[in-house]
Amino acid sequence: MDVLLAVLFVVLAPVIGGLVAGIDRKVTARMQGRVGPPLLQPFYDVAKLFEKEQILVTPSQNFYITAYLVFIVVSGALFFAGGDLLLVIFAFTLAHIFLVLGAYSAYSPYSFIGAERELIQIIAYEPMIIISAVGMYMVTRSFYVADIMAAKVPLISYLPGVFVGFLMVLTIKLRKSPFDLSTSHHAHQEIVKGVTTEFSGPMLGRVEIAHWYENVFLLGFIYLFFAANPPVAILVVAIVYFLEILVDNTYARVTWQLTLKSAWIIAGLMGLANLGILYYLSEVLHV
Amino acid sequence: MLPLPFLVVFPAVVAALLLLVPSDTWRRPIVWAGAALTGAASLSLLFLSPATGPFSIPAGYEMLTEGMFAAEMAIAVFLAYLGMKYRRYLAIFLILFQAGLLVYFERARAATGHEVAPDLFVDQLSLVMALIVGIIGGLICIYSLGYMATYHEKHPRVPDRRRSFFFLLFLFLSAMFGLIFSDYLPWVFFFWEVTTLCSFLLIGYSGTDESVKNAFLALNMNILGGIAFAGALIYLATVDPGGGLLHLHSLIRSGHAVALVPAVLIAFAGITKSALLPFSGWLVGAMVAPTPVSALLHSSTMVKAGVYIIVRFAPVLTGTMEGLIIGLVGGVTFLLASAIAISQSNAKKVLAYSTVANLGLIVACAGVGTYRLVWAAILLIIFHAIAKSLLFLCVGTVEHRIGSRDIEDMTGLIVRMPRISVMMFIGIAGMFLAPFGMLISKWAAIEAFIDAQFGLAFVAILAFGGSLTVLFWSKWMGKIISVCPVAERVENRISTEKWVVLTVLTALTVLVCLAFPLISAHLIEPFVLAVYGQTTRLSQDNITIMVMMLVLLMIMPFSLLLYRDEKRIVPAYMGGRPATPDLTFQGSMGVQRHVGLCNYYFEDVFGEKKLFMAGSALCFGLILIVGTLTAGVAL
Repeated sequence: MDVLLAVLFVVLAPVIGGLVAGIDRKVTARMQGRVGPPLLQPFYDVAKLFEKEQILVTPSQNFYITAYLVFIVVSGALFFAGGDLLLVIFAFTLAHIFLVLGAYSAYSPYSFIGAERELIQIIAYEPMIIISAVGMYMVTRSFYVADIMAAKVPLISYLPGVFVGFLMVLTIKLRKSPFDLSTSHHAHQEIVKGVTTEFSGPMLGRVEIAHWYENVFLLGFIYLFFAANPPVAILVVAIVYFLEILVDNTYARVTWQLTLKSAWIIAGLMGLANLGILYYLSEVLHV
Repeated sequence: MLPLPFLVVFPAVVAALLLLVPSDTWRRPIVWAGAALTGAASLSLLFLSPATGPFSIPAGYEMLTEGMFAAEMAIAVFLAYLGMKYRRYLAIFLILFQAGLLVYFERARAATGHEVAPDLFVDQLSLVMALIVGIIGGLICIYSLGYMATYHEKHPRVPDRRRSFFFLLFLFLSAMFGLIFSDYLPWVFFFWEVTTLCSFLLIGYSGTDESVKNAFLALNMNILGGIAFAGALIYLATVDPGGGLLHLHSLIRSGHAVALVPAVLIAFAGITKSALLPFSGWLVGAMVAPTPVSALLHSSTMVKAGVYIIVRFAPVLTGTMEGLIIGLVGGVTFLLASAIAISQSNAKKVLAYSTVANLGLIVACAGVGTYRLVWAAILLIIFHAIAKSLLFLCVGTVEHRIGSRDIEDMTGLIVRMPRISVMMFIGIAGMFLAPFGMLISKWAAIEAFIDAQFGLAFVAILAFGGSLTVLFWSKWMGKIISVCPVAERVENRISTEKWVVLTVLTALTVLVCLAFPLISAHLIEPFVLAVYGQTTRLSQDNITIMVMMLVLLMIMPFSLLLYRDEKRIVPAYMGGRPATPDLTFQGSMGVQRHVGLCNYYFEDVFGEKKLFMAGSALCFGLILIVGTLTAGVAL
C-alpha cells in the first residue's frame, strides 16, 4: 500500500479534476463554435457555490452528500494506494448509492426520477467494471492495483475487448451524452437536473468536487490498461477524454432502455468474449 | 458432551409444553425461557472443543431408529389424511410413494441385521448451523409472541391456534438440530421429513384457501426431494449391505465412485428444500403464512437445511460434471431471481426472491465446490441468516402498523417509524453494500470462481446478478428514507418482545461484519482445512480497510449534528409551480393536483412470469441432464 500516492490523490485530484473540467468546457465550446469560459471557470463556479446560502429540502440530504463525497475519496485513495480493485469498485458503488439516497431523501419528483435513472446507470455500468477488474486479474494474477501497475506486459494487448467495453461505460460514468440520463452538465433538460435537482449551494459544490475526484479515478483506470508504458498511457488517457467530449457533442441523449441494453450487450460481447478467449488461451492452450 | 442430545430433545420438550398451555400468560415465560436456553446451549457448543469428532449415543440405537421409522409412517398417514380431506391427490400419491420407498428401505436395512452405532457429531459447519438455528431461531420464536397477538387482532376470522403454532416453531428447531447433528443418514432423513411437515403446517396456518393451496405446493415439492433422498438411502443399502456407507462421514470420504450418486440425489433434495428454480414457487407462496414463519423458513431453518446438506456434500461434487451443473442451477437461479425481485413491489416477495437468489449463489459455490468457494458459501449462509431474519421481522412490524407490506406504501417510513426504518436500512445495507456481510461473501465468491474450472460463467453471473441486486435494494432503501414533511409518527404500540428481538438482530448484523475475521478464523477456516486440506481467507489489509469503512459509516450519521442549526427548509422544486410541502401544486385552470412518487418496476423487462418460465425451463433442463448423467453412473 502506497500511502503517499493516496495522499497525493486526495490533495491533487480536485485540482486535476477541475482543470480537466475546464479543458472540457473549453474544447466543447470550440466544437460548438464558441469561445468558451476561462480555463479556471469550474473553480470559480464551485467557489461561488460555497458562498451561497444553505437551502435544503431536508437536512438529511447533507449527510448523504457528505457520505457520497467521502466514499468517492476513499475509493479513489484506495485505488491510487494500490489496493484491491474489487474493494475499490465496491466502495465506489457504495458512494453512488449515497448520492442516490440523497436524491431520494428529498421527496421531490425531479430528484426522484433522477435517482431511479442513476440506479439504472449503476446497473448498466457495474458488470463491465467488474469484468474489467477480472480481466486485469486474469492477466496479472492479482487484484491489487499496485501489482497491475507493476505488470511488465501491456494489459491492452490482452484486453482489447475489455478496454472497448470500459470506454463505453466510461461515457456513462463521465455523465456524457448519449448516456447522461440522470443528470448532466447542461442545465434544465428533460428531467431538470435529475439527482442533483434538490442540491444547492455548498451541497452542490460537494457533488461537483466528488465528480472531479471520480473523473480522476476513472482516468486512472484507463491508465492501468497501458501502465507498462507511461508516456503512451498518458497520451491514451488524453485521447480517450477528447473522444468522450466529441461523442458528448455529437450524440443526442438516448432512452434508459437503450442505455441499459447497449451497456450490457457491449459488456457481454466485448468484455466476456475477451475473457473467454483469455481463458481458452491460458487453460486450454497453456499460452 | 451434553449439549448435542440436549439441543435435539429440549426444543421438542418445550414444544410439547407449549401444546399444553392454553393462554398467553403461561406461553410467554415458556417461550422466553425455551428460546433463551436453546440459544445459550447452542452458544455453549462454541466453548466445547469444536474439533470433537463424531461420538455415539450409547442407549437404544435400534429402538430409536425404529421409533423414527414408526414416526415417519405416522407422518405419512397424517399427511395422506390431510390430502384426502383437501382432495389433493397428487400429494397423496407422492406421500404414498415415498412411504413405500421407506418401507422397502427399512426392510432391506432390517434384513441385514447389522449393528452400527449411530452418531451425533459436531464439527465447525454444524456448529455454525447450530448457532444460526439456536440464536436466530430462538429470537424469531420470541418475536412471534408479540406478533401473533397482533396477528389475531387483525385477522379475527383466522381461528386462534397459537398452541399448535408455537408447538410447531419449537418442533422445527428441534428437527433442525437433529438434522445438522446426525451422522446416520436415515436419521438425517427423519429430521428432514419433520422439517417438511412443520413448514407444511405452518404455511397453512391461517386455513384460507390460498394458504392451503400454497401449503400443499410446498409439501409436493419437498416430498419430491424426500423421494430423491429416500432413493439415495435405498441405493446405499443396495451398494453396501453392511450399512457403513449410511454414515455421512464415511460416505463423503468414500470418494466419487460410490458417493456421487447419493450425493446428487441428496443435492436434488437440497435443491427442492432450498427452493431453487424450478422449485422456487413454494417459498414465494409460503409468504401467505404469518411473517415470523417466513422469517424462520428463510433465515434459520427450512431453506438453510437444503444448502447445508449441499455444502456437506460439496467435496463429493467438486470437479465432477454433476457438481458443475448443480452449481449452474444455482447460478441461473441467482441471476434470474435477482432480476425478478426488481419487478416486485410487495416487500415480502422481494425478500423471498432475494432469498432464492442468495440460496442459488450458495449452491453455485457448493456445487463447483473448491475450498475457497465452500468458504464463501458458509460465509454467505451466516450473513444471509442474520440480515434476512432482521428484514422479515421489520417488514412484519411495519405491516402491522401501517397495514401494508407494499414497498410503495413505505414512503417516508423514516419519518413515521424512525427506529424501525434505521433497522431496516441496516438490514438492507447488510444484503448488498460494502462493507457489510453479503458483499464480503459475494466478493470472495468472485475471487474464488475466477480460479475454478469453468468459473468464468459464474463470474459473469455474479457481475450481472450482483448489479441487479443493487437496483432492487437501493430503490427500496430510497423509498423508506424519503423525508415526507407531512407524515405522522406512528411508532408507538410495538411490543417489547419485538423491540428486543429487532435490536438484537440489528446489533448482530453490524457485529458480525466487525467480527467476521474471527468467525472465519475459528469456524470456517478450520472446517475448510479439515475437509480440503487447505483453506483461505481475505487478505489482512482488505479486512482492515473494510473495518475502517464500517467505522466510518457508523460515525458519519453524527455529521447530521453539524447541520442542525444552519438550515432554511424550502419545499421541493416543482418546475416553478407554487406547491405545498406534501407535493400538491397549482395545476392548469387553477386545479389543485397531487404528485405521487412511485418506483420503477420494469415489469416488461424483469416481469415475474416471463423470467420464471425461462428460468424454470432452463434449470429443469439442467436437472434432467444431471439426472441422466447420474443414472448413467448408477447403472
